Amino acid sequence: MSTNKATKYWKENISYLMILLLIWFAVSFGAGILFKDALNEIRLGGFKLGFWFAQQGSIYVFVILIFVYVRLMNKLDRKYGYDE
Amino acid sequence: MSVEAWTWILVILTFALYFGIAIWARAGSTKEFYVAGGGVSPLANGMATAADWMSAASFISMAGLISFMGYDGSVFLMGWTGGYVLLALLLAPYLRKFGKFTVPDFIGDRYYSNTARTVAVLCALIVSFTYVAGQMRGVGIVFSQFLQVDIVWGVIIGMSVVLVFAFLGGMKGITYTQVAQYCVLIFAFMVPAFFISLQMTGNIIPQIGMGGTVSDGTYLLDKLDNLSTQLGFKEYTSGSKTTWDVFAITLALMVGTAGLPHVIVRFFTVPKVKDARKSAGLALLFIAILYTTAPAIAVFARTNLIETVSDTEYEQIPAWFKNWENTGLIAWADKNDDGKIQYVTGAALSSKKPVFTEERGQYGQRLISNANMSTANELYVDRDIMVLANPEIAKLPNWVIALVAAGGLAAALSTAAGLLLVISTSVSHDLIKKQLKPNISDKGELLAARISILVAIIIAGLFGIYPPGFVAAVVALAFGLAAASFFPAIILGIFDKRMNKQGAIAGMVVGVSLMLYYMIVYKTGLIGVMDPRPASEWWFNTSPEGFGTIAMIVNIIISVTVSRLTPAPPKEVQEIVENIRIPSGAGEAHAH
Repeated sequence: MSTNKATKYWKENISYLMILLLIWFAVSFGAGILFKDALNEIRLGGFKLGFWFAQQGSIYVFVILIFVYVRLMNKLDRKYGYDE
Repeated sequence: MSVEAWTWILVILTFALYFGIAIWARAGSTKEFYVAGGGVSPLANGMATAADWMSAASFISMAGLISFMGYDGSVFLMGWTGGYVLLALLLAPYLRKFGKFTVPDFIGDRYYSNTARTVAVLCALIVSFTYVAGQMRGVGIVFSQFLQVDIVWGVIIGMSVVLVFAFLGGMKGITYTQVAQYCVLIFAFMVPAFFISLQMTGNIIPQIGMGGTVSDGTYLLDKLDNLSTQLGFKEYTSGSKTTWDVFAITLALMVGTAGLPHVIVRFFTVPKVKDARKSAGLALLFIAILYTTAPAIAVFARTNLIETVSDTEYEQIPAWFKNWENTGLIAWADKNDDGKIQYVTGAALSSKKPVFTEERGQYGQRLISNANMSTANELYVDRDIMVLANPEIAKLPNWVIALVAAGGLAAALSTAAGLLLVISTSVSHDLIKKQLKPNISDKGELLAARISILVAIIIAGLFGIYPPGFVAAVVALAFGLAAASFFPAIILGIFDKRMNKQGAIAGMVVGVSLMLYYMIVYKTGLIGVMDPRPASEWWFNTSPEGFGTIAMIVNIIISVTVSRLTPAPPKEVQEIVENIRIPSGAGEAHAH
């Protein structure tokens, strides 16, 4: 029974990780590197958007991602009774 | 008051603070010495991690590097912050749950093998020593630039300070000094940034000012792009590296960051798994304050530099230029004899550093013997001075200039201390306690830890005083080494239950060897035997800095393949893996 619970908890954890890491990849490697030139056509005030993602935006998103992860996991821990 | 007087006051005040904390936070047991007793709050750990992480390179060199690299500098910004996402999501919570003292501890237990433990210890030592040498050098440079103290004495003073709080307090002393050092360094970094941003763009927040307009109404970045292209440089907001190389370097730095033992070990110091997650988030928040400001400083400094020096007569140049010229970090050769400084694209010198003759030219400039006459560029500027000289260039008050010196010292000392602790723990815990003399008493182990930290400080100091030529080149590659060794072994150890010792050892050995081989062939060369091979021969067009990405992939492929061809790990080990995946109960794991 408890191994079953642990497996379910682990699966949900992995699906959170997948989504969060997808965003992590998209803002840095996607917007900041691979699609930078296309995004540079769009302006954000004085910034070209691709450049902004590479030097500012991706970092802001990284910080937000970790705090979202902290919240999601705290909730998940409570759901499965793993919190303390 | 003069800059020098201000600097002495600030340096002495901050050092007194660090000493006070060191005496207050003495360590009485190995648990306190290695992981601060496991009772550090997430907030304190977040600050300590940020200070631990942000080295002399982040504080002094990074903004300068970016100001010369433009868009290409993004590799450092994304690479050195994005790694924390990996750390928070994939490593920190599980390693905290595992609840031992060191990274080799995890590798050794998870892969039920002292060979794996020894390989991990060797990797930790290689990574940490290459890294710490750069810090000691940074301390020496700050002392010599700001206080006219000889570099040797600068390094000795720096070593003594680290010695006091690391030797007495171990991780406990280091943690609380790092909290103080974070406050000093972030204050020192931000104050000049606020001033300069306000001065140039009318907006006090540098992150916004960077995208703002200058006095003539054009956007600052557009103006810099124009100035750059007029002088023949690449447009600031587009780079010259290939997209693949930017990708590879960024990934190698991210993964390397997540695999650096002195960063990972910080997450062993908090009480619970949820604290480990939270403190990773706080750490990145504290780091992001500096890392989003640095590119703004880079833009301000670059624009200021071009506007101040370009086509200016040497006799009209401000005093800071001549001061830095006297220290050898700026050099000017009047190639076309017009008495003005031409700052355009191309290498000003025929070798890396200026070679000064002892004479002065007709305008009073220091003459150099190695000007590269085939280019029109007359100006050599060392990248490190952009942060150090920035407050002077922007004509800020003396106390702000002095603050930068104190901040640079805080950054270098805090990182050095964290690295030295990893080195000493690797020796006293992973080698002596776990392998050579398992029944050593706690007191004996504590003594061994203190002796090894002493030895490590002396070696690191010698590296700082007599820097081997390869140090600068190798520091950046420490990340590649960490990416090629620890990161895959730890991740697979957590996420792949089937991973066994044969796979992990084969992966680490091949990954590190491949990385070392590539570094030697394409970056450092072997002194007296061979020169580094040219960029045209790089594998897959990957620079040595980005090669960590390939070495990591090779490591993973080898680990997985070998593990599937050899027996599954024993049942107890599979139970360890199941156990670390569940967050509750981390407190008791410590006591084992």
